[in-house]
Parts: sequence; C-alpha cells; structure tokens
Amino acid sequence: MLRYILKRLQALLISLVVASLVIFSAVEIVPGDPASFMLGINAQEDTIMALREQLGLNVSLTQRYFTWVTGMIQGDFGTSYTYRTPVSDMISERMVISLPLAIYALTLSTLIAFPAGIIAATRRGSVADVSVMGVTQLGVAIPNFWFAMLMVVVFAINLRWFSAGGFPGWDAGFFAAMKALTLPAIALALPQASILARVMRSSLLDTLSEDFIRTARAKGLTRRQTLWRHALRNALIPVLTIIGLQFAFLLAGGIIIEKVFFLPGLGQLIFQAITQRDLIVVESVVMLLVFAVILVNFTVDLAYGLADPRLRRSR
Amino acid sequence: MNAAHFLRSRSFMLGLILTLIFVFAALISFLWTPYEIDGVDIPNKLHAPAWPNLLGTDQYGRDVLSMIMVGARVSIAVALVAVTIGMVIGVPLGLAAAAKKGTWWDEIIMRGNDLVFAFPSLVIAILITAIFGASAINAIIAIGIFNIPVFARITRGGALSLWERDYILSARVAGKSPARISIEHILPNVMNLLIVQGTIQFSLGILAEAGLSFVGLGVQPPTPSWGRMLADSQTLVYSYAYLALFPGLAIVLTVLGLNLMGDGLRDIFDPKVRKSRT
Amino acid sequence: MSLRKLTTAVSMAALITGTAHAAQTDITVGLQLEPPHLDPTSAAAGAIDQVVYSNIFEGLTRFGSDGSVNPGLASSWDISEDGLTWTFHLVEGVKFHDGTDFEATDVVFSLDRARAEDSVNAQKALFEGIESVDAVDAHTVKITLSAPNGNFLFNLAWGDAVIVAPESIETITTKPVGTGAFTFANWVQGDAITITRNADYWGDAPALESATFKFISEPSAAFNAVMAEDVDAFSGFPAPENLALFEADPRFQVLVGSTEGETILSTNNKMPPFDNVKVREALAHAIDRQAIIDGAMFGFGTPIGTHFAPHNPDYVDLTGGSEYDPDKARALLAEAGFADGFTTTLKLPPPSYARRGGEIIAAQLRDVGIETEITNLEWAQWLEEVFRGKDFGLTIVSHTEPFDIGIYARPEYYFQYDNADFQALMDDLTAETDPAKRSEMVATAQKTISGDYVNGYLFQLASLSVANAKIQGLWANAPTQATDLTGVSWTD
Repeated sequence: MLRYILKRLQALLISLVVASLVIFSAVEIVPGDPASFMLGINAQEDTIMALREQLGLNVSLTQRYFTWVTGMIQGDFGTSYTYRTPVSDMISERMVISLPLAIYALTLSTLIAFPAGIIAATRRGSVADVSVMGVTQLGVAIPNFWFAMLMVVVFAINLRWFSAGGFPGWDAGFFAAMKALTLPAIALALPQASILARVMRSSLLDTLSEDFIRTARAKGLTRRQTLWRHALRNALIPVLTIIGLQFAFLLAGGIIIEKVFFLPGLGQLIFQAITQRDLIVVESVVMLLVFAVILVNFTVDLAYGLADPRLRRSR
Repeated sequence: MNAAHFLRSRSFMLGLILTLIFVFAALISFLWTPYEIDGVDIPNKLHAPAWPNLLGTDQYGRDVLSMIMVGARVSIAVALVAVTIGMVIGVPLGLAAAAKKGTWWDEIIMRGNDLVFAFPSLVIAILITAIFGASAINAIIAIGIFNIPVFARITRGGALSLWERDYILSARVAGKSPARISIEHILPNVMNLLIVQGTIQFSLGILAEAGLSFVGLGVQPPTPSWGRMLADSQTLVYSYAYLALFPGLAIVLTVLGLNLMGDGLRDIFDPKVRKSRT
Repeated sequence: MSLRKLTTAVSMAALITGTAHAAQTDITVGLQLEPPHLDPTSAAAGAIDQVVYSNIFEGLTRFGSDGSVNPGLASSWDISEDGLTWTFHLVEGVKFHDGTDFEATDVVFSLDRARAEDSVNAQKALFEGIESVDAVDAHTVKITLSAPNGNFLFNLAWGDAVIVAPESIETITTKPVGTGAFTFANWVQGDAITITRNADYWGDAPALESATFKFISEPSAAFNAVMAEDVDAFSGFPAPENLALFEADPRFQVLVGSTEGETILSTNNKMPPFDNVKVREALAHAIDRQAIIDGAMFGFGTPIGTHFAPHNPDYVDLTGGSEYDPDKARALLAEAGFADGFTTTLKLPPPSYARRGGEIIAAQLRDVGIETEITNLEWAQWLEEVFRGKDFGLTIVSHTEPFDIGIYARPEYYFQYDNADFQALMDDLTAETDPAKRSEMVATAQKTISGDYVNGYLFQLASLSVANAKIQGLWANAPTQATDLTGVSWTD
C-alpha cells in the first residue's frame, strides 16, 4: 500500500511541475504588456520602461519562473501588477464568494440528484423514471448562462425575489448574501444535477443487478433494506468521484455564470486579469485550480486503491 | 442489429429528426437565407416576430431567422471539427496505450490525459484566444484539445478488455504486430463506443462553442453565432425577449437532439440493454 | 482661516438640522470600470479619476461641470509679462486627510515627481514646459516655464496633476491621502470603494456623509443593478438601448450630457492604400454617421466632422465636408485606382461604441466595395497591436482627453499623420496666449485635419447617467473623467 501511495505521490508531483511549466510559458507568450496597459494611450516610452522596472518585469524568464514557483511553495503568490496587492489576498477575497457558491450549487445538485436518481433506478420504467430521464436530458442540454438570463428576467427583474447581480458581501448579512447567490447556484446546479442524477441511476442499476444483491434478497431482506444497506453504499463510489470533480470545476467553471450575475469570484478574477495582462494573477489562479483538480484526482485514486486492492497493481 | 433496431429506438429517431432539422438549416443557409445577414438596416431594427421577419430583427435590423440558420452552420462546423481533432489524435493514443499497457508509454499517455483533464477548460480556452486572438479556428482548437483525452481514455478502456480475448491472442501468436492488431481487430470493435462518445462530445462541443461566443471568444462578427446572439441580447432582453429566446432554443434543441441520438445509439449497440428493454 | 472654518461649521450645522427629517446622506454610485489602484498620477486609467478626482484629490486648478477651469488649491495666480513665470497663491489652512498641512513644498514635490526622469505619470507631456517649481513661502509657489503656455492652467486641472503629499506617497495606491472633501474609507477589490465626508474640509462641506462606488462592467448587470435599485445612480451608463426604459419609469432620471470623447474611425495614414488622401476621402463619404449613432448608441451622440468637441465655443461644424454619399465614395475609390475596392483590417477595442459601430461601419464600407476583416481585441492587445505596433488598417476609438487635437502634431502617434504645417501651427498655438488668436488657430487646425480626411470623424460620445429621481447635483457633462460628488444631495 505504501508503495502505491508513493507512486501516486510521485505522479502528483510530476503533474504539478509539468502544469506549472505549461501555465507559465502559456501565460508569458500572451501578447500585451502590463505596463503599457496601465499607462494608456498618452504614455511615453521611457515612462513605460520605468514602470516595467518597478514591476520587476525586466528580469529573465527563467528567473521569474523560479521566483514564482519558490514563492508559491512558501504560500506567496506574488504581487498583482495592476492592483499592487498580494495575489493571495485577492484570491482569498474571491474565494469567499466562489467557495460558498460552489458548495451551494453542489448541495443543491446533490439534494436534487440523489432522490431523483434513486427513484428512477428503483422504479425503472415507471412514469417517475421516464420523467426524471426526460428532465435531466433537458437539463444537460440547456446552456446554464441562458437559463441564468431567463431566471434573472423572471425572478430578479419582474418578481424581485432575488438580486439580479452583484454581491453585497457577507457583512450585509447571511440573508442578503444568499439572495445574491441563489440564482447563480441554481444555474450552476442545473446541468450538474442532471448529470449526477443520471450517474446515480445507472450506477444503482448496475449494483442492483449484481449477485450480492440477489443473495441479500434471497436471505429475506426487503427491497428497501437491500437498497439502503447494500446497494446504495456500493453505487456511491462513482457518484462521489463525479461530485469531487464537479466541485473542483465549479470553483472556476462558474466563470460565465459569474459574468452573467456579475459576481466578483475567482472566474471573474481570471477573466479580468487576462484582459488587464496581470500575468502573475493569471498564473497563480490557474495553478491553484489545477492543483485542486489534481488533488481531487489523487484522493480519488487513493480511495479506489483502498477500496479495491486489485487496482493498486493494475494502474 | 439492423435498420429495424434504429427505427424502433424512439430516442434515436427523435434525436435524429431534431439534429437533421438543424443540419438542414445549416446546409440550406449556404444557398439561401430569407434575408442577407451581412447587411445592416438600422431603420428596420428590433421588429418583433411577424411576417416577413418570422423571428423578428435584431438591433442592426438583421433577420433573426437567417442569423440562426447561419449560426447553425457555425456551431455544427466548430463542434464537428473539434470532435474530429479529438478522435484523430485521441484514438491512436488510446490504442497505443492499450497495446503497450503497463509500460512508461502507457503511463505517459494516461498521465498526460489526467493533466489535460486537470486544467479548467474554459480558462484555457480564454487563454488560447488571448494568445492567438478570438476566431473560429481558435475556438475549435480550444474545444478540440479537451476532446483528446476523452477519446484516448475511452479507446484505451475498450481496447484493454479486447486484448484479453482469445482471437487477439491467436493473432499475436500468428506474429502480427501490435500496431496491426490494433488497427485490424481492436479499432473496429471499439467503433461503437467511439460513435456514441462522438455524439456526446459533439453536443458538448456545441455548448462549449456557445459559451465561448457568449463571452466574445468564438467566431467574430459579422458572422453570426448563437452564443453571441445571446450575449448581444442581454441588455435588450427586457424589451425584446424574443432576441434571447430563439437562439437559446436553437442551442437546446440541437444539443438535445444529439444527446438523444447518443442515448439511442448506446442502447442499439449494447445488446444487453437491448434485451432487457424488450 | 478661522472665518472659513466657522462658515463651514455653520453650513454643516445647517445641513445636519436641515436633514434631520431623514433625507438620505449616503449614496451608491455605479461605475463601469474599477480602477487598478488609486494613484491618479501614475496610471492612465480614467477609472481612477472617476473615483478620486475632486472627491479625494485636488489640484491647483479644477474643472467645473461645464469644462471651465476654476481655482482649486490655488485661490489666485499672477503671470509675468513674458508669460514665463507663474506665481500661485495657495489656499491657507488646508490639511491632508492624514492631518499634515498642505503647503507649497507639497506642490513642489507633486510637480517635480510628475516630471522627473523616472516618473510613471501617464500624461507626462502636460508638464513638459516646466523649467522649475519653487516654494516662495509656505503658501506661494513660483513655476517657471521654458516657453509661454496658453494651456497651462488647463493642464494643471487634470487628474494627473493633483497635489499629493510626500508623507503618504508610499501607500498612495491603496490608501490615497489628499485634500478633498471626502476621505478614502475602504476598498473591496473587484466590488466597491467607499469614501466618507472629510470633517476638516477647507471648502464647503458636501451634503453626503458617505458614498460607495460600485463597479459593474457588464452592461446587462449595470441595467439590472439600476432597475433593482442596488445602486442609486450610474455614471457613464453603458447600455444606451435601455435609457428609454428608465425615462419611462418615474423612479429614475436620465442625464444626457457631453463628454470630451471624439469617437473616430482611426485610419493608418502610413499604410497603403490609406496613404492616398483620395481613399481617405472616400472612406469619409462611405460612412453614414447618423446610422452609426442610431444603431450603436441608440441615438445618443453628436455628429462631428473634425477632432474637436462640439460644445467647445471654438468648434467648427465641418460635417458637411464629409456627408454620406456612397456614390461619391465609389467614384473617389475608382479615381484612386481601387474601382474594385480592397480589403483591410478593422480592429475593435471592447467598448460597445466600437464593437457595435464596427459592425455597422463594416457593412457600410462593404457597400462601396471595401471589405474589412473585423478583429475584436481586449484593451491590452489593442494597445500592443494597434497603438504601439501600428499594425492596423482601421480601428474605432474614442479619444476622451480634453482638448487633444495636439496628437495630430505627433507623426509617431498611432494613426501617423505627418503634416509639417500642422505641427508648426500647434507649436504656435501652445505659445500663443491671446484668446482671439488662439480661437482662430484652433479653427484652422480643425479645418486642416478635416480637409486631409486624416481619420473618419464619427460622433462626440454622449455622457449618459441614470439616477434616482430624488438625487440632485450630479454632473450631466463629463468634461474630464470624474464623478464629482461634492455638490450631490438627496431632495427629501
């Protein structure tokens, strides 16, 4: 087992190094100079050079890469070119929106998907099953930003139940914050819930047809008992994997939804930073997100390894 | 599996019809659209749906129906090419990984796959367009890159189980090279899997193209695209809701059609499911 | 000084008692762009001035809402006979927000910093003619110029010329310390900046106790925020198509004013075929300005025929020289040897006047045989490719700096207009201080660039604001990029 963990850990580290190289070189070839962006159209060449010097842009690429990486290892993500504040502060400011939003969306999607998936699987072919399949089919097909636009028109502008956009901050109170996050969370949850419900259903169907379920039924357990005690637990593994990955992606995947609702979250930060050529922010945030996904993958791998000893050898 | 199986699958047929409607709309748009879409006609702007502009006109006075028809061809073309890129690169990688299972070759391909998966796709798409500029080609590349690991993984998965089969073993004993076995025996047998996955990636591609255009990173004006039509309608939606409605419906129906087709195909190709259904 | 303090205190007391029946004293103002930081003297971002100009920072002179130049921290000034020595008498008793005194040395520091070798001031050219800045005594500053400068008071009114203090310069980007009527309170990056009333303000106390600037860049989100009353006012409202909705709603008032933004179809004068004046003239006749104003700005904007603001008394209406006439455009193109037209690039920065105007212009040009390849660029890319790289055929941009016709005298400027006569004219204009002669020269300048069809002159950008119907004192015009809140109040 230890060898397995070490091997996975080694893969994780290699992935991180490769990812950091890819991100750094990709971001550095983006055309556009942060200094000239900041100084605008009347700036003189010597002024731009003076600002480049101030921002530390006049050192070699390799030197900048190593400064960046060693900084990150120590938890220092550098200083934003445009805002002149530590990137880590900016990330944590955005995280207080993106993280709750991702959790909110995931909670909604799980709350919808679990019952829907279970009902569909246990009453296969019933009206309930057919409608769950139909609705989820639609849920996957609707672009979430379009759904968001329509919800804003109905629930924010016409009915004024929720905020149409923006975020008042947590200082404004829990209720005000939830008012701002509810529509975005629903928009994000819609496709996720649809996918999750379908995975739940098919995974449960697979387990229900396996031998040990039949054995359990033969031993005299009721359908309900078999479902809760045996089937669900086994069907949950693929579902949890999907949830883990969805969470990592929701953190940044809300970028379009954040744009529609004008939420100052991580996604907006990246978008803004790219247009302002705030390269250090782009690099650090993308790296952080990649790190999150790689970490989830790693944990999932470990969990699988623990659950199924065969995998340790085969993968 | 024969024609009857296809005809009998309700979801396949429904999906096929929906998809064909938009494919035809796209094809017809090459020859004819109700109105020219590259001329602006400011005096005729923002007419509500009515004859002769069945779906109304936009803020430049262009016919929305005509734009949706041309938008169909943009969406379909971008998604189709992106899927092709994913298949052309991903399938050989998957075949090679399966053939060399357990070697460093396999490890590199699969780790590389994981790495691509680990990148937030939309952010990378934004980066790509920031570097190379927003255009249809770059949207295709941005979407296509993320199709590669999908096809590599599914090919490898399908191929791995095939490599254990007796007839593959006998082919190996007969001295055929792994490459030849992959092409002659493995590939035809994973084709069904690939077609089903291809349909699904196609639909995801349409959604991704719409998303990229929505944030202004897809095809550039004056070529219309569904996503940009939606983005342009954002500030007008309160007074002119139809501007947001029709392009959105076009996306939903196309994606729905492709997904239904994919589901239908999966059932048709998988005899186990087919039996249990009947 | 004590008298001023007293009147301030009295007026404040009056205000407090007057507002006792609950007129609101705070305001949330929506702005489209968030400033990158808060030092107006080290970045070009108009977004910085939108927040700090006149509210937090003040200069020796200041712009009024009609574009006039008024006394600011300098209450008066004397000019020597030869126009080279300017003596500014500073307002006494002024304190910076950190409690330090505002004195002549602060003026010396600020101006020396702006014109220094390693200065990162985005408008360094404003200070070019300054030979030396000296403190005569604590409240008198003497500025010596190398040549007479008719624009000097105007230059000092810019946000880039505000007075900063050496004590707080280290932290100016995040904690700006000025002399203005409001002090900086808080900044939630990506969201909002809050300022509060400066109790020790030297001038008339503002009616507002605090103000929050909320940054909403998406036009649709801006509309939503106003409609849902999340913001009380939106200065520089980005979606003109929605103004009719606000006008029809008694909760809101719509302010339409002028800006200094000449929106032009910038043309690369060095790139064939645009180096041929006939081709540029054809461009001018191919463009239907009114269709662009109607289509892109929903009717808001004034047609212009040269690079000059129509609300300026010296403006000459030259739109007649480039009236919409596609046949004439085709004929001119044929004359220039492009009977079959040609293909060029049209690179568009993010604002909607450019993106929407671009689609309309592309269609109009196609009509006379000119094909354009449209590329949408982010500002950073636009600066790199178009502005610095000069890699473009056509682009659309609004030049928002006030009185900036001088850019046509810079042959290296991105549209690369090189006319020695015009350059000489501008040199003379800078040195000329007689108003009548200046007017005449400015008129000649306008006619010259219009007659040379340097760029396609489209329209003067309108300043569009929406506000709660109960707010008064907001600037309708935007003579500089500012949201001056010192005179803003709620009516009940």
